[in-house]
Amino acid sequence: MDDISKTVLDYVKREYIEEDDDREVNIDTPLISGGIVDSFSMVSLKRFLEKKYNIRIPDADASPEAFDTVRSIIALVTRFKKD
Amino acid sequence: MAFSDKTRADYQNELGALKDAGLFKEERFIHSPQSSEIVVEFPAGSTTKKVINMCANNYLGLSSHPEVVQAAHNGLEVRGYGMSSVRFICGTQDIHRQLEQKLSEFLGAEDTLLFPSCMDANAGVFEAVLTDKDVMIADRLVHASIIDGMRLCKAMQDSFKHSDMAHLEEKLQEHQDKRWRMVITDGVFSMDGDIAKLDTIVELADKYDAMVFVDDSHSSGFIGKTGRGTHEHCGVFGRIDIITTTLGKALGGASGGCVSGRRELVEMCRQKARPYLFSNSVPPVIVAGALRVIDLISQTTERRDKLEWNTKYWRKMLTDIGLDIKAGDSPIVPVMLYNAKLAQDFARDLFTEGIYAIGFFFPVVPKGQARIRTQLSAAHNKEHLDLAGEAFRKVGAKYGILGKGKKEIIEMFGM
Repeated sequence: MDDISKTVLDYVKREYIEEDDDREVNIDTPLISGGIVDSFSMVSLKRFLEKKYNIRIPDADASPEAFDTVRSIIALVTRFKKD
Repeated sequence: MAFSDKTRADYQNELGALKDAGLFKEERFIHSPQSSEIVVEFPAGSTTKKVINMCANNYLGLSSHPEVVQAAHNGLEVRGYGMSSVRFICGTQDIHRQLEQKLSEFLGAEDTLLFPSCMDANAGVFEAVLTDKDVMIADRLVHASIIDGMRLCKAMQDSFKHSDMAHLEEKLQEHQDKRWRMVITDGVFSMDGDIAKLDTIVELADKYDAMVFVDDSHSSGFIGKTGRGTHEHCGVFGRIDIITTTLGKALGGASGGCVSGRRELVEMCRQKARPYLFSNSVPPVIVAGALRVIDLISQTTERRDKLEWNTKYWRKMLTDIGLDIKAGDSPIVPVMLYNAKLAQDFARDLFTEGIYAIGFFFPVVPKGQARIRTQLSAAHNKEHLDLAGEAFRKVGAKYGILGKGKKEIIEMFGM
């Protein structure tokens, strides 16, 4: 779990946080409702997770709510890893 | 009755929530032609007031130019009011094709197709030229109409950090397995006023076999030495695969837009773009006015030169006053206030001082990035800018933000 958390958090910071953006991002920071990741950019996050963990997240499960925090993303990844 | 009392109450609650969140938009009634000085009734029902307009897209001051108005009158006389048809049934006149040819020449493109608006051009173009075998890689600050158009297209969507060329290169490498790649950007970004790094984008597109799409709505007519757009400014004129732009800003300001670019891509739009296929032709009166606009700006660069002078003068004045502006070369000059309420209060006080400018905040710009967007016009004279500058100084002093940067303003007002 900790590994996934670090991997996803690192990716989110690298992919979405601009250099001059001093906002702190942690496991419970609202990413989509907080305006850090727009639903349009969410696609690259979904692709990253699918490649990294060799899973397939159906579009129906890739909702803005499921991607809203690193914690909810971990839950999603864990669910599909098990499936 | 389907629209029951409960349904009405639900909608009223939703509208009330927008008001409570400070997101409710109200129109201001203008009792004069569009210009650098306008007569405004605001709030509705109040006495009208003459103000200096600092927020129109009337970059070249052609919206009410006598020669454009006269040409539009002539168009109305000789080609009528409306076409009562879409283009491909019985809605294409000789002047529609003339305007498309003139736009192709002006923009350095192989062909052009008119749309009812650039919003429609952007809504239709991606679906017409790309499929699920392809990928669209867009700058994260592209205009909302591009995002809507991408959503209507089956190609994969991806994005790169704003103007971050290293990030774009990573994405181009990542998507080498796709049939076609298209890099998508605004020419001038409408909220920040900065210019896309088109020279690097074209270079990367060549290297990684990608097409380049540019929306030059906030550039066509005035960016670049002869006003052709950001491709001229960046030294890549003739190397952009698709340009969309509008007739609703610098190019007369009425309405209408176009897709210009590679012949086959434009033809795909003529065959498949739904906003072109299913909406009426641009009215003859607008086509006739736009033809005159292209003639005027092809004959002389006087207007875009004046705009460039005004832009430099205004940017220097705001900087000297001590306001925090976004750096750049374009006539879009955002005054950064960061806090949404401050942006609204600042705009209201400017109006009291006789200056018309609007505060922008989330969701139009990212949270904590609220601002007043000022826009220059060739129709502004030095006196207009001096008066506007004095008003910004006075209101800025009232809120104690002169000489203050992002951190200090946020400390004072919050995000």
